[in-house]
Order: sequence, then C-alpha cells, then structure tokens
Amino acid sequence: MLDCTPKEIIERSGGVINPAKTCQPIGAMYAALGIHNCLPHSHGSQGCCSYHRMHLTRHFREPVMATTSSFTEGASVFGGVANLKTAIKNVFAIYNPDVMAVHTTCLSETIGDDITTIIKSAEVPEGKLVIHANTPSYQGSHITGFSNMTKGIVSYLAEATLEAKKEQVNIIPGFVNPGDMREIKRIVNLMGMKFIMFPDTSGVLDSPMTGKFAMYPKGGVKVEDLRDTGNSKLTIALGTYASSDAANLLERKCNVPAVTLKTPIGIKATDEFLMTLRQSFIKEVPYQLEEERGQLADIMIDTHYHFHGKKVAIFGDPDIIIGLTEFVLSLGMKPVYVLTGTPGGTIGGPKGMFEKEIKDMLVEAGIEGKVKAAGDLFELHQWIKNEPVDLLIGNTYGKYIARAEDIPFVRVGFPILDRSMHPYLPVVGYRGAMRLLELISNALLERVDRDARDEDFELVM
Amino acid sequence: MKAVNLLELPVEERKESIYAKGKQKPNLKCDTDSIAGVVSQRACVYCGARVVLNPVTDAVHLVHGPIGCASYTWDIRGALSSGSDLYRFSFSTDLKEQDVIFGGEKKLALAIDELVLKYNPKLVFVYSTCIVGVIGDDLEMVCRVAARKHGIDVIPVQSSGFAGNKSAGYRAACDALLRLIEPKNKKEVKKSKSLNYLGDFNLAGEVWIIKSYLREMDIDMNVAFTGDSSCAALKTAAKASLNIVQCTGSMFYLAGKMEQIYGIPYMNISFLGLEDTAESLRKIAKFFGDPETMCKAEELIEREINANGDIVRGYREKLRGKKAAVYVGGGFKAISLIKQFREIGIDVVMVGTQTGRQEEYDTINDLVDEGTVILDDANPAELEQFIVKKGAHLLVGGVKERPLAYKLGVAFIDHNHDRKHPLSGFVGAVNFAEEVYSTVCSPVWRFTQVPADAPDWLDGNAGKREIIIA
Repeated sequence: MLDCTPKEIIERSGGVINPAKTCQPIGAMYAALGIHNCLPHSHGSQGCCSYHRMHLTRHFREPVMATTSSFTEGASVFGGVANLKTAIKNVFAIYNPDVMAVHTTCLSETIGDDITTIIKSAEVPEGKLVIHANTPSYQGSHITGFSNMTKGIVSYLAEATLEAKKEQVNIIPGFVNPGDMREIKRIVNLMGMKFIMFPDTSGVLDSPMTGKFAMYPKGGVKVEDLRDTGNSKLTIALGTYASSDAANLLERKCNVPAVTLKTPIGIKATDEFLMTLRQSFIKEVPYQLEEERGQLADIMIDTHYHFHGKKVAIFGDPDIIIGLTEFVLSLGMKPVYVLTGTPGGTIGGPKGMFEKEIKDMLVEAGIEGKVKAAGDLFELHQWIKNEPVDLLIGNTYGKYIARAEDIPFVRVGFPILDRSMHPYLPVVGYRGAMRLLELISNALLERVDRDARDEDFELVM
Repeated sequence: MKAVNLLELPVEERKESIYAKGKQKPNLKCDTDSIAGVVSQRACVYCGARVVLNPVTDAVHLVHGPIGCASYTWDIRGALSSGSDLYRFSFSTDLKEQDVIFGGEKKLALAIDELVLKYNPKLVFVYSTCIVGVIGDDLEMVCRVAARKHGIDVIPVQSSGFAGNKSAGYRAACDALLRLIEPKNKKEVKKSKSLNYLGDFNLAGEVWIIKSYLREMDIDMNVAFTGDSSCAALKTAAKASLNIVQCTGSMFYLAGKMEQIYGIPYMNISFLGLEDTAESLRKIAKFFGDPETMCKAEELIEREINANGDIVRGYREKLRGKKAAVYVGGGFKAISLIKQFREIGIDVVMVGTQTGRQEEYDTINDLVDEGTVILDDANPAELEQFIVKKGAHLLVGGVKERPLAYKLGVAFIDHNHDRKHPLSGFVGAVNFAEEVYSTVCSPVWRFTQVPADAPDWLDGNAGKREIIIA
C-alpha cells in the first residue's frame, strides 16, 4: 500500500517527487498572522490564498483569514496595479484591520508588479498601515517566506527613536507553533525581562472558544511594540533560516545588535538561549528554570538506555531539524539521515550552512550519515529502503514512508494534518524537550511491545 | 469583529449576490469574478482541474510550476483506489527563478522522461500553473514529443490559475479527459446496458456503493469519471450507452461534449438521500427500459428503504426543529443537500455556493422556504452573519468553513475532501443522518460560553442547546 518508491537510486534533475517544502507565500501569511489586528493579503490568483488558508487551517484547526487580489487574465496581462488598489480600499472598508500585510506570489512577481509604488499611491485610511514582502514561490520555501515577511515587518515598522537603548530584548521565534511561542515567552518572563516577540501567533492561531467568531483574535504583537523594536538593546533570532535576516536588518536599520541562536529544541539549545539572555541582561536564571532543566536531565538519564544507538531519520524545516538533530544526539541516538526541502543550505550555498552544521554535529559524534538540503521525501524514502532506521521524525507526510517501511513515527514540524494538539504543546525549552522525550520513547516502546513474543512481553521496561 | 450588516455592506458589488427568499425572485449575480480584497472562499483554475483529475489512479499527475501548487494538493482528495496508488504521490517540476527566466520546457521534458523511466505509467497529466501561462511554455509541444518518445498518453491540462475560477478548471480537466478517451477507431461498438458515472470521485468509496446497486440491476458501470478510474478504463468511455451525472458543476460540460461527439445521452441523477437515490435508480432502469431491470430496481429500492428508512426516520425524531446552513462548491450539491436535510427533518436557513450557476440558483430558490438566505461566493464574515442571524445549528461546508462553524459553537459536516464516511446511496443516507446527529447533538456544545452581552437572537443557539440523550 502506498509504496511506489523503487529501491534503486537513480540520479534525478527534473523536479521533485513528494516535496519536503512548500512555497513562500504561506510562510508570509503565517508571519503576518502574528501581528495583532492584521489581515494578510495575497497578491495573486484566488487559488493561492485559498490553498494557504486551507493548509494553515488544517494544521492549526483554526479559522485563517486572508484576502486576495483575485487575479484574472486581465491582471496577468496588464499588471495587478488596479487589483491591489481596489483590494486596499476594500480591505479597510470591509474588514477594518490595523495592518494589511501584502505578500506577492509567483504570478505577480513574474509580471513584475512594483508593490512599494502601488502601496505609496494607494489610499490608505488615516492611522492604518499597509506593509509588504516579496515572496516569489520559485525561490526558497515557506521558511524563506516567513523570513521575508518578518523582514518586511522590520523595514516598515521598526524605528529607533531614543538616544539610549531600552533594557528590553526582541525575540524572533521563527516558524514554530503558537504553543512554542508561548513557551519561549514564559521562559523570558521567568527571567524577569521585558521583551517584544515578533511574529507572535499565540492567541491568534490557538484562540479559545468563546461562542463568537473573532476576525482578529486577541493575540499577536501590537504595532506600537513593533515600532519599539528599534529601541531594544538586543535581538535574539531563534533559527538562522526563519529569523536571522530580520534580526540583521534591524541591526543595520536601528543599531540593535543581533544574535542568532538555534531554535531552542533540546537541552543544549535551551541552555544557550538562557545563557545569552543572562549574559546580555545580567539576569540570574531563576530556580524554576533550573529545576526544569534538572528534571529534564533526570529523565534523560532515567531513560537513556531506550535510546542508545537507535538510528533516526529526521526531515522538515531546517531550523527545527537542526535542533532535533542536536537533541537526539544528546540522547545517544544516531541521526543517520537528515533532510530538508528548503534550498540554500547546501555546502557552499548562499544562505546558512544547513548541511555543514548537521555534518559537523555528526562528525563530532562519530556518526556516518547522509545530510541534504533541497531534497525531497522520495529520496529520503530511497535511503531508508536501502538502509533502514529505527525511527522517523517529521511532518505528516512521513506517514507514507513509516507505513511502507513499518517504522515508528513521531510527528514534529509543519504541517501536521492528521493529529491535533500539536499547535498547543511546545517542543521548545526544557518542557518541550520533555514532551519530545515522551513522544520518542512512546513510539519506540510501543513498537517493542507490538513486536514482542509472548515470552518477551514485559511489564517493566 | 462585528458582523457586517447586510443593508450596510460597504461593498456595493456584493449586494446583488445575496438575497433572502421572498415573494419576488431577484436574479442572483453569480458565475462572476470575485472582487479584489475580499476573503473569498473560492479557488483557482488549477484547483478545479486538479480535483477533477486527481482520482485517476494509475496516472502520473505532474504539476508544472513552482512547488506550492503540488504541495497543497498532495493527496488531499480523499479519493480511494482499488488499484494503483500512483495518484497519491506528488510530482512537481519545482520551477526556480532560472526556469522562469529561460523557460521551463527543458525541465518539464526531463521530468517526464525520469518519471516514465521510474514508474512506467500509461498516462501522464501535465498541469500548467499561473507562471507557465505567463512565461509561455509550449506544453502541447513538450507533451506531444514525450508521448511519441515513450508511446504513452501525455496530456497537457491547461489550468493556469488566473484564467478564471474553479469552474474553468473543471472545463480544462474535462478537455483533457476528452482527449484521453477519444477512441482510435471512431466507429466504436456500443456496449449494451453499460453506463459511465460522471462526477463521483470515490470519496470514502462512494463509487463502489453505486456500482454495487447497478450490478444488482444487471447494469455495468463502464467507468466512473473519475473516482477509482484507470487509464485503460477511461479509454473505453465512448462504448457506454448512457452517461449519468452526479456532480454537474464539474461534469455537465463533459456530458454535453460526449453526447455531441459520441451520441451518448446523459441524465442528471443524485445519490444523496433515500428519495433521490431511489428516484435516480428508477430513472436509470427506465432508460434501459426492459421490465427485468425495472423489476430488479424496485426490489432493490424496497429492500434498502426497508433496511434504512426506519433508521433515518429515527434520527428525524431526534433532529426535528434543527436548522442547517449550507455552503458548498457547486450548485448541484447544494440542491441535493437541501433535499437530504428535508428527509431528516431539518430546515435549511442559508444556502450558498462557490461556483453555482443561475439555473441552479433558480432551483434552490424553488426548493427553500421563505426567508432562507441565498448567496454566491460568500466570505466568512457573511457566513458568520447569516449563520448567527438565522440561528443555524449546523453548517455543511469544506475545509475552511469547519473552524469558523466551531468558533461560533455550531456543529459541522464536511461534504468535501475530508469526508470520512460515504454519503452516497441508501447507506450514505444513514451515514449522513448519523453524522448530523453525532455533531449536532454532541455534549461538547455545552461548554461554549455565551457571553453575557449576547443579543437575543443567540437564544437557542450556541451553548444553549438542549442535549438530546439518545
């Protein structure tokens, strides 16, 4: 069933089979939803907007609102200027957001609409904002789109208005779930620090049931805070791919120093995050966080023999799987295959050093493994066919491989379309690591139980 | 956000697309382009073509464009297969900036070669996307060369997203199918007592249910368009002596063309609900006209109604007085749903579609009670407004409408890709009633808080439901 992948590996160059990425605009839409009272706007055909809303809706199980320029043949011949101007007028007249966040599509990029100029010449009501990001689908991936919209937020809104910087930190969480953003905020709050997190989709895509539909839920980062990011003492970008560009732009624009760290998945990356906060703001790490770290370490020790030497295949978005790879290594597992669909991280590539970063970790751990940026799931499946693994970690699309090869499977990342709760429960921080531990060990032990003969079936494991 | 007052819709253009049934029957503005800057629930040409063709099981469905269009449509159809799984894979030429500048034809040709080498398919569909329409790749030429080279069918689907809405995509898909089914020898011998079943995509195995009914009546289902179909089966389509059409939105064009080209008559049928299913089976039996078939049809109907009628009627008692809102893709589905709700004692208080046609809206108007709101190409704010104002307990819709309903504390049924139970045929009527009951009468609605300042019209709606203990 669903196993059409041949074992024999043939060189391919004509495209992708079973993608491990999707296109930029959806990332831009997700980032824009992290602004309070913001309506994302897709400058392209209706289908783009519809697909992005559908996909996000399936992952978060929440209404996702966004408008579209509704391109027709006319727009693609004469340009989308009229469409966007009409759209700007209608968006504020009908939906009345504080911010309209325009992102482009492959179509509007190909015909070459100049969004900056269109926005400048459009009639925007007093006190309302239109921001934009160029997000051509034929470059990068959804992560690039998230990064570009986050950059757009900085270039439109961040201002340095004060002589001296404030004792506050900007935090760019990257393309993670609202539950992860909440957890990062909880940690920073425990450190007793003033901070601005952007984008912040908590309270937007995990909003509570009230019996009413809110077009703009309570969450999201407020515009005045976004302006104030230029006055912060430091920006911490969590994840090179989704967050560092915006942080670096903020540094150039408003002289706010930028630090790029890993997405804080696992004990080491969370330690680094806390140490950076501590050193930059001369804060003590409170006992509560020390206790959490101690508990995590305790659990890791209690269960380490379940993990030792187990081979893992990990796929997904680069920032997330860099963190996951480091974490499974710290448990004594062997991440023998690590693959992202996001391009640009190839050795010698233009952005980040995904392949090198993972390779270095593997070399340090003395593990032989395959690492690939700009790969697809067909290739990952072929690797696994030729040399099986004990565990697969990735988004929902991994379920085909897991079934065909009969491997335990842990769902982490974006999108997850066949399970619920994941947007609420973090994988970041010490607590997130505990949850990951539970997911991984349950998957492995369920399999041991399933496959055990009667005489090997044990009560205590 | 406050719901938009209908009488104060800030967008003049929307006024003609919404009305409440009254004494006067206005002409509803439909089948038009959406306005720029609204939250439309509509999709594009590519989307329409992709959903129609996706269930062709043993084809390589190659999306020619940047990655997104392939990613979002990867195995989301819910169409089941009794044979190949190839259609559940996602193939894309993954166009990059270089390809956009220099053209993507070479890459496309290479992709087809590699995929043919790997999977050995009999059929490749190549879908064009927005960009391909703009940069002007010659899809026809690339497909023709590849077809000759490999000796298989390589069929371009002209589905550039901007060239209309979903309906245009249905057409593009039907054109591709017409090319595929053209027999080498125009003088095909007709098979007696065989029909093609158009407009069922085998969601949750629905085609198989209908197939079994027909088999019982000694009628052969030649091929379904396109649920659980294969290249070889589709190529025999011209041999059938009748086309029955379930989803007219996607298939009325194909049915008309097949009548024109191959002289195959067609009839619109519906297998949604006990009444419609029985009626449709009689219609089909009557077409073939021999007493034995008619007799068998009556036997089957009687048996099934006896087996399922009571169950459906039982739910009717439990659901009496509940109100439903319907927002689906095509007009035909909306019409079927109104009838089906009537069977289980539920009033439809709002009906809308993404791509309904004027004549379908006329039918809807005749079916519904006075005061029912009818609207075309609705946006979420409008849906919210009418669901709440009309006090609906249930919304039927697709993926994007589900969380909206839930947020309002309103039950929901997916009548699209995410259908988990077959809703066709007699057994489908029971499933439908069961599904309605399981969501409308779930205890979870007890926990939706109604804010203290809720206006009166919320009465009897969210959070104040009486729970019926079965």
